[in-house]
Amino acid sequence: MNYYTEPVAKSPRIPKLIDDLYRELPEIEADRAVLITESYKETEGMPVITRRAKAFEKILDNIPIVIRPGELLLGSTTKKPRGCQVFPEFSFEWLEPEFDTIATRTADPFYIADDTKKTLHEVYKYWKGKTTSELAASYMAPEAKKAQEHNMFTAGNYFYNGVGHVTVKYWEVLEIGYSGIRKKAEDELASCNPGDADYAKKSHFLNAVITSCNAVIRYANRYADLAQNEAEKCGDPTRKAELLQMVKNCRRVPEFGATSFYEACQSFWFVQMLLQVESSGHSISPGRFDQYMYPYYKKDLDEGKITREFAQELIDNIWVKLNDLNKVRDAASAEGFAGYGLFQNLIVGGQDGEGRDVTNDLSFMCLEASMQVPLPQPSLSIRVWNGTPTDLMLKAAELTRTGIGLPAYYNDEVIIPALVNRGLTLKEAREYNIIGCVEPQTPGKTEGWHDAAFFNMCRVLELVFSNGMDKGEQIGLKTGDVTQMKTFEEFYDAYKAQMEYMISLLVNVDNAIDVAHAERCPLPFESCMLDDCIKHGKSTQEGGAVYNFTGPQGFGIANVADSLSAVRKLVFEDKTVTMAELKEALDNNFGRGIPVDRAEEVTKNVVKTMMGMGKTVSEEQVAQIFVTALSGSVSEAQKKRYDEILALIEEVPKYGNDIEEVDLFARDVAYTYTKPLEKYKNPRGGIFQAGLYPVSANVPLGKQTGATPDGRLANTPVADGVGPMSGRDVNGPTATANSVARLDHFIASNGTLFNQKFHPSALKGRQGLLNFTSLIRTFFDKKGMHMQFNVVSRETLLDAQQHPEKYKTLVVRVAGYSALFTTLSRALQDDIINRTEQNGL
Amino acid sequence: MEENREYWKTQGRIFDIQRYSIHDGPGIRTIVFLKGCYLRCRWCCNPESQEFKVQTMTVGGKTKIMGRDVTVEEVMEEVDKDELYYRRSGGGMTLSGGECLFQPDFSAALLRAAKERGYHTAIESTGCAPYEEIQKLLPYLDLYLMDIKHMNSDKHKQFTGQPNDRILENARRIAKDAKELIIRVPVIPTFNNTKEEIRAIAEFAASLPNVKQLHLLPYHRLGQDKYAGLGRTYTLSAIEPMTDAYMQGLLDTALQSGLHCQIGG
Repeated sequence: MNYYTEPVAKSPRIPKLIDDLYRELPEIEADRAVLITESYKETEGMPVITRRAKAFEKILDNIPIVIRPGELLLGSTTKKPRGCQVFPEFSFEWLEPEFDTIATRTADPFYIADDTKKTLHEVYKYWKGKTTSELAASYMAPEAKKAQEHNMFTAGNYFYNGVGHVTVKYWEVLEIGYSGIRKKAEDELASCNPGDADYAKKSHFLNAVITSCNAVIRYANRYADLAQNEAEKCGDPTRKAELLQMVKNCRRVPEFGATSFYEACQSFWFVQMLLQVESSGHSISPGRFDQYMYPYYKKDLDEGKITREFAQELIDNIWVKLNDLNKVRDAASAEGFAGYGLFQNLIVGGQDGEGRDVTNDLSFMCLEASMQVPLPQPSLSIRVWNGTPTDLMLKAAELTRTGIGLPAYYNDEVIIPALVNRGLTLKEAREYNIIGCVEPQTPGKTEGWHDAAFFNMCRVLELVFSNGMDKGEQIGLKTGDVTQMKTFEEFYDAYKAQMEYMISLLVNVDNAIDVAHAERCPLPFESCMLDDCIKHGKSTQEGGAVYNFTGPQGFGIANVADSLSAVRKLVFEDKTVTMAELKEALDNNFGRGIPVDRAEEVTKNVVKTMMGMGKTVSEEQVAQIFVTALSGSVSEAQKKRYDEILALIEEVPKYGNDIEEVDLFARDVAYTYTKPLEKYKNPRGGIFQAGLYPVSANVPLGKQTGATPDGRLANTPVADGVGPMSGRDVNGPTATANSVARLDHFIASNGTLFNQKFHPSALKGRQGLLNFTSLIRTFFDKKGMHMQFNVVSRETLLDAQQHPEKYKTLVVRVAGYSALFTTLSRALQDDIINRTEQNGL
Repeated sequence: MEENREYWKTQGRIFDIQRYSIHDGPGIRTIVFLKGCYLRCRWCCNPESQEFKVQTMTVGGKTKIMGRDVTVEEVMEEVDKDELYYRRSGGGMTLSGGECLFQPDFSAALLRAAKERGYHTAIESTGCAPYEEIQKLLPYLDLYLMDIKHMNSDKHKQFTGQPNDRILENARRIAKDAKELIIRVPVIPTFNNTKEEIRAIAEFAASLPNVKQLHLLPYHRLGQDKYAGLGRTYTLSAIEPMTDAYMQGLLDTALQSGLHCQIGG
């Protein structure tokens, strides 16, 4: 055995660092916005890549720097813990209108000082017409823009923010430092002939890389100066020695290669945090930390230069700092990514390029770190294959049992072939890591655009019933009057046609945003750590990476599959419900009425439609329409019939209960999204690949979705991940897992997400842990891709809703990530509570 | 080799199959609940299991039919769905009830079918049946989870409707003949939850050859609503479940027998 499994004790330093982190509401800071604006004003007219590098340089030379009390690693992006900078070059319009509500909103509130508001107000004047989002909007086809406005899909993430979603070559920085990377750029530049066709762009890109490397080196030295200064003033000899050690570290790294584990940790940290200063993209994922850090750890341990205790303390410190980084999103996006998530995915275990298991000490210590620092970041993951040691599985299960929702489990046996199918070599595929929530890729050479959009498959189903109309406008195709359809095949074909069309619009929107990022926000710093940007002389945004993908996520499979099953059985096979009746029941939300805000929206749309038809609408008429909308205005006889229809729907077998026929149909339904997407290309020279998961957007996007034929009421959440609709899986976790495994996970190479919720009693004792790991391994034998768990009792969650003050650091699994439960919106909290809980009998 | 599957056609009566059981035998298991029992334990959490005849029970306002006749083949179709989970976890199939000895030929056929697939097999049983019936099951059985509820035959009869003589007698023989026997005690306030009563059971269990484990199963009220659903009265409604600390005290007493003892299955 080449690893220790025994944990070491937690350093008393760690709880103090955590307490400091959560003392106050996180704050928005304006320093970066001010500096980048000044820089952009100075560089008007220069090539964009040069402007980006100069802005990065200006920020790093001038942004205030602080050392948090007691920390062992330096580098913070904000003065206050968990603060955030803003990034006006991507978008800014959304923030100013939210100035007065952002501190009190339910999802991810932020404090913003009046001074900051004033400063940002001034800064924003410059950016009108200059952002990536404005350019992207101008590139979109009108019908695609409209489909997005109608919530068929949303690409808001990259529309408003940087892309992120990348794992750079951390190992290269550890090995040769930024002076080494700078040299690579210089050598490449020296080898260019000024007569080359691409010389203009290439030389500017390489110079931008050199500028960025120098800026980072100076930034680390600013920290060394600050630590030196603090050390001189420090009265505590222990802390003074720590500060002086950090001075040494920051003088060496990241300029040069690391010579110790401690230096490697510091170097890693600069890479991780500075990527999040250059751009606002989230899901900057450390990837296989236990692999690239191991040589430094092993060498120090063998030479007696480090204890396991101190190594653990450093790792714990990194964990704390990963939670110190933060990002402010617009109110709507905050609901979709609730919990201040940055999705910095760090993965342990798995195979090397030659297919050997590479579990080591650090794999265990990373799992231990999440026990000692029980916070949402990093999004800790574990790779599982047939060769994964039981020891590691048990350690992971122990962490799962704490209820923190970590780690997420990934199946090598599915992901490796899935990536090979996308053109990676076997070696590259074996070296995969996970980005963000659940997205696999090979590190250091992929620009995966992994969270490209959410695509609501239920909304597309609505279009079949409305002949492509939505809120009085033609959004989808005219697939015909649904009540005249003669066979189920005709109905299903109409759905497929609407899907194909809507997917083409989604692609249009994504590609428009993609082009905008390339033109307005290429990232020289990120690019210098990704193959083959230096060689090609091109940023990742312009297609410089070896592998380029775009991965938008479809969600609502369970609802669409159950809906189509219900239509097939009730309307076409048993003929117990006519299509006209079903359509009417859906339009009237099965007689269950609708919430006020939705009724207002319906009223507006009805009025708009009437006016569009040339009618005049009086105020009384408007009021009447509103009352009708609110009450559902259905007769008792209608209500009775709707109840009968709901009862009939309930009897139709549902996805998630290990019924082969039903599950294989769900597999086919998933293909209506995954297959058409494969044929599209992105502007970076890569292809589209589907993911199947909604992050936490199944709740807010469910709110925009009408009633569906599976009996789901309007404006309620749709199914989460690839799992069954909550509460409909009644045969226990193995049955649910068998159903989910019947989907084709190989084709969903941008990731699938399967949540299960267990009562803590199911993981009791060593036997409980063994049974639990057997469940995971079996799901993986059956070719499921991903599994994650909440192990917290319903009572605890209900109590936390009642008494949030007692549960400030209760971490739960949301979607592809964990978050503080009390920071989530009420609706999302309810959704988590309502997921089917598996007890084990 | 062509296996003779004539016995797959054996019929029996069950009222439920539950998957992902992790407390009734090793690993991940599927439990088949058989209809009919020799005893009428007052605390029984599956009162719908006691009568062999098919019954109706009201659950959450809906009337459900309890009991259906199935073949071994039909049961195995359901049990096989979790085959890989058994293989990964060392689990398998458990027969519960009711009392599987109430339908010995059907039970033997079920166990045989599971065993021929290589699953671990277990039964939860009171052992209250002619020994010849028990012998039919033993060749296909890996683990016998046997209830010993009380050492005093009168009290046993008062709370279960049957004296305990045959049960104790069978326990001695099963201990010799079965591959593995674990003794389980449903711990019921007002019936058997004094230290003396638990000690007596533990000492008896320790006296059985080859028996190494004793499980104390604390009383719970999860079955209470089913009595009303069957139009019956729950006679133990006055008693409260015991605290963890109290159960711990009984566990300490049981441990004095020298057996490996635990709370829960």
